[in-house]
Formats: sequence, C-alpha cells, structure tokens
Amino acid sequence: MVATAAASATGARVFTATSSQGLSYMQEGLYFAAGHRLPVVMAVANRSMGPPWTILAGHDDSIAQRDVGWIQVYCSRPQEILDQVIQAYRVAEDHRVLLPIMVCYEGFATSHCYEAVEVPSQEEVDSFLPPYRPLFKLDVEDPLIITRFVEADWWLGFKKLQDEAMEGAKKVIADVDAEYAKRFGRRCGGLLEAYRCEDAEVAMVTMGNLALTARLIVDEFRGRGVKAGLIRLRFFRPFPREELVKALEGVGSICVVERNCSPGGYGGAVFNELRSALYSTGHRPLVINFLAGMGGRDVTPVELREMMAAAVKALERGGVEREVNWVYGVRRA
Amino acid sequence: MRRLSLKELPLEEYYMPGNILCAGCGESLAMRLALKVLGRKTIVVTVPGCASAGLMMGACAVPLLVGPFASGGALAAGVEAGLKAQGRLEGVNVVAFVGDGGTADIGFQSLSSMVERGHDVLYVCLDNEAYMNTGGQRSGTTPLGAATTTTPVGRFLRGKPQHRKNLPLIMMDHGAPYVATASIGYPLDYVNKVLKASRVRGPKYIQVLTPCPVGWGFHESKTVELARLAVDCGIWPLYEVEGGALKITLELKRPKPLEEYLAQQRRFSHLTSVEVEALKASIEREWMELKRRASGGKEARSDV
Repeated sequence: MVATAAASATGARVFTATSSQGLSYMQEGLYFAAGHRLPVVMAVANRSMGPPWTILAGHDDSIAQRDVGWIQVYCSRPQEILDQVIQAYRVAEDHRVLLPIMVCYEGFATSHCYEAVEVPSQEEVDSFLPPYRPLFKLDVEDPLIITRFVEADWWLGFKKLQDEAMEGAKKVIADVDAEYAKRFGRRCGGLLEAYRCEDAEVAMVTMGNLALTARLIVDEFRGRGVKAGLIRLRFFRPFPREELVKALEGVGSICVVERNCSPGGYGGAVFNELRSALYSTGHRPLVINFLAGMGGRDVTPVELREMMAAAVKALERGGVEREVNWVYGVRRA
Repeated sequence: MRRLSLKELPLEEYYMPGNILCAGCGESLAMRLALKVLGRKTIVVTVPGCASAGLMMGACAVPLLVGPFASGGALAAGVEAGLKAQGRLEGVNVVAFVGDGGTADIGFQSLSSMVERGHDVLYVCLDNEAYMNTGGQRSGTTPLGAATTTTPVGRFLRGKPQHRKNLPLIMMDHGAPYVATASIGYPLDYVNKVLKASRVRGPKYIQVLTPCPVGWGFHESKTVELARLAVDCGIWPLYEVEGGALKITLELKRPKPLEEYLAQQRRFSHLTSVEVEALKASIEREWMELKRRASGGKEARSDV
C-alpha cells in the first residue's frame, strides 16, 4: 500500500488489490494514502478475518477500516466491479474529492464468479477518464514537503477537510455514474440502489451480492401482496444518510442483513449507522438486524425469506422480538 | 571516479538550519552532507524518527514524503516506480533516510524487498544504534553491552546481551550493486561514497554512524570526535562493496584502544574489563568476516 501511495504522490495513476488479512496489515498505509489525499484505487475482495482461519467471504475486513478516510463502495456483480473501478478514478481524482477508494466485493462468491462481462475499449475509457492531473506531487522542479508534522491546533482541521471531501464526494459519485450511463449504457447505481421501494412498507437493507438473492425474495413477497422493497447500500463511506432516509420514508419495518459483526457491540455497522441516520428525522421504523454471511457462510433464499418475514411480523405486531440476530451454524437450504 | 576534495564540496545547502533536532545531532550532519552532494534534483523519503521530525518541520529544501515506520523501503520503491512510469526518473536521486530501528528491525522486510526488486534508490541508514527518537530503546544495531532504556544495567541485565546485526553484509548478500559503511567523523569518505552511490543504477545502501549525544551520553560538542574515534578503534569499520567485491576503505594500521571510545559514553560506563573483552572479541569476529570477504573468500570463514 505504501509503495502504491508513494507512486501516486509522484503524480502517477495507481491501482492495487488486496483482501482480508492483507487489508488489515496495511492499515497504517491506508491512513498514509488518505491523509496525503492520494487518489489510490484499490480492489478489495472481502474475506473474513482469522482466526478462526477462513479464506471465504465476509465484509468484516473492510468494515473494520471504515474510519481510515477511504471511500468504500460495495459491488454485487463482476460487471459492476469493472464499471466501478473505471468510475472510481474519476471520483477519486476529482479535485473536489481527492480521496482513495476501495472497490469492495465478496471474496470467491463474487471475485471468483464467472459472468460474461462487457469490457469497454481503451479509447472509450480514455475519453471518459482524462489523464490524472495532480493538485500537488513530488517534483524536483517544484519542491514541496508533502508530509507535515502539525501542532495540536491543526490536526483535527485536516480531518475535517477529509470529512468535507467525503460529503462533497456524494454529488461527484452521482454525477460520474450518470455520465457513465450516458456513455456506456450501464450505470452502477450511485450511492444506493432502491428496488421496488416506492410504496414499500417493509424493506430489506443489505450490501454486496446478497442483494441479488434478496431481489427474488422481494418479488416473492410482492407476489403475495406484501409491499416489500430492497435497498442495496453501495457506498458505506461516505454514508448516504439523506438518500437512505428518503428511500425509507414510507417504510414501517426494516431488516438489515449484513456481513460484519462487532463482538461486544450491538448489531452491525449498517444497522447502527442506519438507525443513527433515522433517529433525528422523527421517522422511527422498526429495525431488525441479521448478522450473516461471514466466513463464507451461505445466506440461502430460505433464510432471507425468514428475515423478510420477521420484518413483516414486526410490522404486524408493532414491535421487534429480538433486534440483533446472529445467523450462524449449519445453513438451511 | 575522482574523489571530491573538501574544497570541492558544494556550497549549496538542502538541509536547513534552525530545525528542531538536538544540539550535536549526528543524523543532521549526515543528512546535510549527503544532500550537499546529491543536490537539488533529489527526492527524500523517510519514516517517523528523529530524521523525519527535523525534515518535516522545515529542514528539507527538496521534495519530501514521510510514511509509516515500517515502510522506508516501500516508500522509496514507490516513488522510484512512480517517477519511472512517467519517464521522470532520469537525473533524479530518490533517497531514503531511515534510522537503524526503521532499517534493521521494523522496516527490514520493506528494505529487503526493495533491494531484491532492484529499485534505483539510495537508502541511507542513519545509525545511532538505538531507537533514539522514543527515548533510546535497544535496536538490532545496538552494540553488545550498551545500556539502553530497554536493556538497563541492573539486577537482570548488564546492557544489551546480544551482538549487533550486521546489516551492510546482509545487504551485500542481497546482491545490492553498491553497499558501504561510513561515519560522519570521516566526512570526505562519506560524501564520496554518497556521490559514488548516486552514480550506480539499482539499489544502493549506505550505513552511516551518527553518534547521539543524548542516547549515548556524551557532550554535544564531541559528536564528530566520537564518530571518528569509533572508526579509529575498530568498532566501526569503513568499507564498500561494489559489484559484490568488498574493499576495506580505511585500513587500521594501529587501532586506538577500544577503552578510549567506551570511556567517553555513559551507555558503556558500567562495563567491566571482562565485558570489554567480550565486546572486543565480538568486534574481532566481525573484522575476520570482513577480511575474509575482502580477500574474496580465500581466508577461512569465521564462526560469525
């Protein structure tokens, strides 16, 4: 990570990829890239952290890095990953943003998934993505001390600038996706993707490839006359508070299904940030959390159906039986 | 290559005065001298330590990047690779100034892989023989018997119980095209080695002895004298390795007594004559290995 970010500091466009333990090993390097405002793009094939050792999927590796100052986007399919990587450079290198980006997707479950992918030509990508123009760089003709030691009065101010850049990135992310759609006829989905949410009373919120199965479950419930919807949160950093609240306006009961956990905490990262976003709006839907799909554990349609049913039941009863639910043990097909 | 004389040393300074490092700092002198001969077209990378504190807070007049403690080699490699990819490496020196802790211990794999991959970088290890920026904890290059805050003299320990790690030879064994030791007590030898290294392609490694008045316990006016004495008494051999051939650059005809060097430093003040003899034996073994390598391996291998 440090070598990649250092190359970026010279003004070069860089890319790297990692996963799981490798991501956690480079944590100090993640701060290094973000603190220098270097637009590094990195693919992260999400795998759960050992011990107990595993090589299989889970978002717990990158969620543990949520505070390092990187933009995090979670993809669901190979085509989306490819498109997102191209878009990521436009977002990261935008002078209003200048933040590194992790393009995340489930290890094996997505990273080793075969799917026909449309690869745009070099010319098409070049016309969408102009050469990187760094705001500053290591240059013997223009000497700069890029890394500063700061007095106590200054440190948090620099962090605030990173936070403001994150906030500003939301518009850039949406604009870049819209322009990409115009050029390539495909979009990634912006900050979040809402499916059948317009009149939804019950919604599932998830990230990554679980959303693909969840769509089928939503269709199934719709078929039974339940006003169900799905939100696939794409960007976790910046966290799309307003967009999420808006998409959940009419929803009375929500189940959050996520591939991360915090032993000793109360529920997963998405559950907590979602509830925090809703708290001040006065709109307080019931929220149930399912911590599932870590260590490569499959989350089957049967289980997703039960999770959605739990949200429906909560709405009917007007209360949640158990807010935080760990889904572990032998899977039920 | 003709050697630079004292008169030919460039007047330009790229390591600025008025920075926060201590009076009598050996590292400051090492960076100042190296940057003088490397010149304006130099990019410096460093990691947290005394060097970075001085450089980051205004001492560095050339481009500077500071990264994680364990990443000296990776930083330099990344800068080199980035410049190379853009066709901007020609005529530019990429230099890493990293302390002995960041080199021998925590940053070792980063340096090792940088050298193994063959990046065109000059890596200068500023060796003050302990983690001085954090108050003087032992490092892999702390000499046998030296008292540090983590090897204090007391009921359980009598200074560092282990021998120092011989980094220059480890770099030689990596096949680095240029490796050298130097001392700020022999500034002309040092700057000429830096200059020579800058003209070699590939990874270059120089380990320069930079006495630390605070950590070693001597008066700040004696830094250069001690750096010179370290060479003269044999505890700090001066040599260079070019294309795999090791050459001792300062032959010691009549080494000064080691005791003279030890007596001036608080960190060795507890040593008994038996312990001094053990240190002498350890230095002697290092010399035997050096001579063996200098002779092209013809002399018998020592047990080091």
